[in-house]
Amino acid sequence: MFEAVAFYLFAFLTILMFFITVTTSQALHALTALAAGMIFISAFFFMLDADFLGAIQIVVYSGAVMALYAFGMMFFDTTREIKEKQGNNYIVAGLTILSAILIVLIFAAPMITESVTALYPMTEGVGNTQEVGMVLFTKYLIPFEVAAVMLLVAMIAGIVLAGKKMDLSMTLMTDAEIEEAKKEKERNSRIFS
Amino acid sequence: MEFYLYLALFSPLVGSMFAATLGGKPKTLIAGIIPSALLFVSFVASTILLKHILGGGEVVHVEMMTWMATGDLYIPFGFVVDQVSITMMMVVTLVSTVVHVYAIGYMDHDKGFNRFFAWLSAFVFSMLILVMSDNFAGLFIGWEGVGLCSWGLIGFWYHKESATWAANEAFIMNRIADLGMLIGIFLVYWNTGTLQYSEAFAIFPTLDTATLTWIGIFLFVGAMGKSAQFPLHTWLADAMEGPTPVSALIHAATMVTAGVYLVVRSNELYALIPNVGLFIASLGAFVAIFAATMALVNRDIKRVIAYSTLSQLGYMFAAAGLGAYWVALLHLMMHAFFKALLFLGGGNVMHAMSDELDPFKMGGLGKSMKWTMIMMTVASVALAGIFPLAGFFSKDVILEVAFIDGHYVIYSVLLLTAALTAFYSFRIIALIFHGEDRHTALGFHPHEAYNFMLVAMAPLLVLAIIGGFALKGTYVEMVTALLPATEYHIHSAAVYWTMVIGTHLIVLLSIAYAYKKYMSPSVKVPDGTSDMEGRFCYKLLINQYYIPYFYEEYLVKPYRELSTVFWEKVDMKVVDATVDGIANVLYSTGENTRTMQSGNLSTMLKWMVSGMVVLLSLAVVFGLAVKYLDEIKMCLSSLGV
Amino acid sequence: MMEIGLNHYLVLSAILFSIGLIGVMKRKNLLMLFFATEILLNSVNIAFAAISHFYGDLTGQMFAFFVIAIAASEVAVGLGLLIVWHKRHNNVDLDQMSTMKG
Repeated sequence: MFEAVAFYLFAFLTILMFFITVTTSQALHALTALAAGMIFISAFFFMLDADFLGAIQIVVYSGAVMALYAFGMMFFDTTREIKEKQGNNYIVAGLTILSAILIVLIFAAPMITESVTALYPMTEGVGNTQEVGMVLFTKYLIPFEVAAVMLLVAMIAGIVLAGKKMDLSMTLMTDAEIEEAKKEKERNSRIFS
Repeated sequence: MEFYLYLALFSPLVGSMFAATLGGKPKTLIAGIIPSALLFVSFVASTILLKHILGGGEVVHVEMMTWMATGDLYIPFGFVVDQVSITMMMVVTLVSTVVHVYAIGYMDHDKGFNRFFAWLSAFVFSMLILVMSDNFAGLFIGWEGVGLCSWGLIGFWYHKESATWAANEAFIMNRIADLGMLIGIFLVYWNTGTLQYSEAFAIFPTLDTATLTWIGIFLFVGAMGKSAQFPLHTWLADAMEGPTPVSALIHAATMVTAGVYLVVRSNELYALIPNVGLFIASLGAFVAIFAATMALVNRDIKRVIAYSTLSQLGYMFAAAGLGAYWVALLHLMMHAFFKALLFLGGGNVMHAMSDELDPFKMGGLGKSMKWTMIMMTVASVALAGIFPLAGFFSKDVILEVAFIDGHYVIYSVLLLTAALTAFYSFRIIALIFHGEDRHTALGFHPHEAYNFMLVAMAPLLVLAIIGGFALKGTYVEMVTALLPATEYHIHSAAVYWTMVIGTHLIVLLSIAYAYKKYMSPSVKVPDGTSDMEGRFCYKLLINQYYIPYFYEEYLVKPYRELSTVFWEKVDMKVVDATVDGIANVLYSTGENTRTMQSGNLSTMLKWMVSGMVVLLSLAVVFGLAVKYLDEIKMCLSSLGV
Repeated sequence: MMEIGLNHYLVLSAILFSIGLIGVMKRKNLLMLFFATEILLNSVNIAFAAISHFYGDLTGQMFAFFVIAIAASEVAVGLGLLIVWHKRHNNVDLDQMSTMKG
C-alpha cells in the first residue's frame, strides 16, 4: 500500500514536470522542470531496489548534466521567451498517441513476458551496490572501459568546442609573452568597441 | 557426283554475292557477266548430273549438315538429285542462264544493273534449294527464298508506287498461302515424326484418310499461293510491274511452277487421296478457262502473257490432280521454254517501243523486228499445241488424260481453253507485228534488240521447236522410274485421231479468226467509245471479273481500318499508356518524396517518429500473426486459398 | 490497482516516452530539443530498471547505467556544438538551420 501511494505520487509528479518541460515557452522554467523530473525519477529507482542506479541518477543527471545545461544556458538570452513557429499540432498529437498505444501493446504482449529469462540473475543476501560491482567488473568489463574512453573523448570535445584562445598554451608561455597577449587583447577590444 | 551437286547449287549463290558487293555502285558490266557465267557453270553441272541419272546411275543424295537436332526433331540440310529434281534443275538452270544473258542487254540503261543481278541469282539459288531439297523444311526455305527474291524483283523499280504495291501484294498473298503450307508441314511432322520425303511418304499409307486429306489440302493451299490459283491469283498479273526478264524467269518458268513441283513431289500422298486430286484438277481446269477469258480483251501484252501462264498452270494442275504426274511435269518443262521465249520477245517489243504496253498502239512491227516476230510466232504456235512443236506433246496428253478417265467436263473445259488460248495469243501477235502501222503516227521508232540478246534467246527457240520430239521419249523413260508410269492411250484409234484432228481444227480456226480480225486496217486504238467497250462482258473481263476491286473493298480496306483501330486505341492508349504510366509513377514518387529532404531537423524528427510508428505496428502485426498462426491457417484454408 | 506490477512501470515508461516524443517533434529551439531527448532517455531507464527488478536480472540496471554515461557525454558534446553555432549565427532556431536541404 505504501508502495502504491509512492508510485502514484511520483508518477504524477514526474509526468507533470516533464510535461512542463516540453510545453513551456520560458527556457528557465523548462530547465528547472527537467531537473525536478530527474530527481523524481531517481525515486523510482530507489523503489525498484536499484540503489546504486538511483544514486548515480541524482549525481550524474540532476547534478552534472543539469549543471552543464545551466552553464550552456548562460550563453543564451534566457529572459526572452522562446519564439517558435507553430508546427502542425495534429500530426504531433496523432503520432504520439499512436506510438504510445503501440508501445504499450508490445510491452503488454503476453508472448514477450512469457519468454523472458534472467541472464544475470541477482544473488540473495548482498546489497545492490555490491551486486552491481560484481557484474560490472566481470561481465561488463569491456563496455565499462569503452565507456571510459568515450567519456574522455566527450570531455576533450567539450573543452575544444567551447574554449577560447585554445591555440595559446598558458603553461608553456613565458610571463612576458602572457603580458603581451593581454595588452594585445585590450587594444583589440578598444578598437572594436 | 556430290561435287557437281554442290557446284550446281552454290554457283548462283556465289554469283549473287559477287553482284551484291557491287550493289550500290553504278552499272558495271562485270556484275552481269560473272553471274551469267556462274549460272552457265551451274547449267553444265546439272547436265553432267542429268547424264549420270540417264545412264542409270543412282540417285545422288547428300546431307550437307544438320540444321536442327532437338529432341525428336531432326532436320538436316539435305539435297537429293533424283529424276524429278533433275528435270526441274535443267529447266531452271537453262532458262535462268538465257534470262541472265538477255538481261545484260535489257537492263543496259538501268541504274540498278548490279542490284538486279544480285537479286536474280539469289532467286535461282533459292529455287534450286527448293527443288533439290530432300525434306519439307528445306522446301519451305526455298519457298520463302523465292518469295522474297520475287518481291525484290517485282518491286525492283522501287520508286514506282505501282511496282512496290505489286511486290507487296505478291509477297503478302504468298504469305497467306504459306500459312496453309506450314500447317500442312506441321501436320506431316505431327503424324509421321519426320520431314524427310522418303520417310514421310513411307508412313503415309498407314495414316487414316481424314488426316491425309487435311495434309493434302493444306499443302495444296501453299501451292495455290505460289502458282496463283484462284482465289490467290491477282498477284500474278500485277507482278508484271517488274522488268521483263523477271517475268520471263519467275512468272513463267520457275517460281510459279513451284506449286506444281510440290504436288508432283508429293504424288505418293495425293495418290492416296483421289478426292483431293479431283478437286485440284477441277480447280486447275477452272483457272485455265478463267484466265483465258480475262486474256481475251486485255490491252497489255505482258498481262496477256501472264494470264496465259496462269491458264497453262491450270492445265498442269489438272494433269497432276488426275494422277498424271509425269504429264504435268512434262508440260511444266515444255511450257517453260516457249513461255520464257514469249516473255523475252515481248521484252524486245517493249524495249523497242520505249516501254509501251498497249498492242493497239503498235502494229506493223514485223518489218522492223523480224527475228522477234519469228520467235514470238513460233512460241505462240507451240503454246497453241500444234504438232510438231513442243506444246502438242504435253497439252494433247493432258486432254487425253481427262478424256480417258471419264472426266468429260474437265476435258471440254480444257478443249475450250485451248481454243481461247490460240485466239488471244495470236490476237497479240497480229496486233503487234501485222496489220497497219499505227505506231509511227504516235511517235515511236522501234529497232530490233541487240544481237547477243537474240542469240541468247535462240536455245529457247530451238527447244520450243524440237523439244517435244527430242526430249519426250528420254524424259518419260527417266522420270517414270520415280513417278507412277501410267500410260495414257486411247484404245480406239478412231477416237484418238478424231480427238487430235478435231483439236487441231478448232485451234487453227481460232488462229485464223484472230488474224482476220486484228490484221484488218480498221483496227484502231480503242478510246472508250466503241460498241465493244460498252458491252457488259467486255467490262467484266477487262476488270478481271471485278475480283481485285472486291479484294480491295472488302478485304484490304476493312483490314486497314482494323489495323488503325488497333494502333490508335489499343497500342497507343493501352500499351503505351501503361508503360508510360509506370515510368510516370516512379518519377512522380521520386519528385514528391524529394520534399522529405527539407533540411529542417524538426520535420525530419517527425518523419523519424512516423517511421518508428510504422515499424512498431509491423512488429505488432507480425507478432500477432506468429502467435495465432494456426487459426490463420484454418481461416485461409476455409476460404479456399 | 494496489499491487504495483511490471505493467504499471511499463505504462509509465511509455507515457514518459510519448511526452518526450511530443517535445522532440514540437520544439524548434535546439536547446529545448536536447531537453526532450533527455526525457526520452530517462523513460527508457525506468523501463530497464523495472524489468530488471521484476525478473531478478541485473542486465537492466547495467543497461541503464551505461545509458546514463552515454547521455552525459552526449550532452557535453551537444552543448559544445550548440555554443559554436550560437557564436556564429546568434540563434539556435531549427527552421533557420536548413543548409542540408535536399
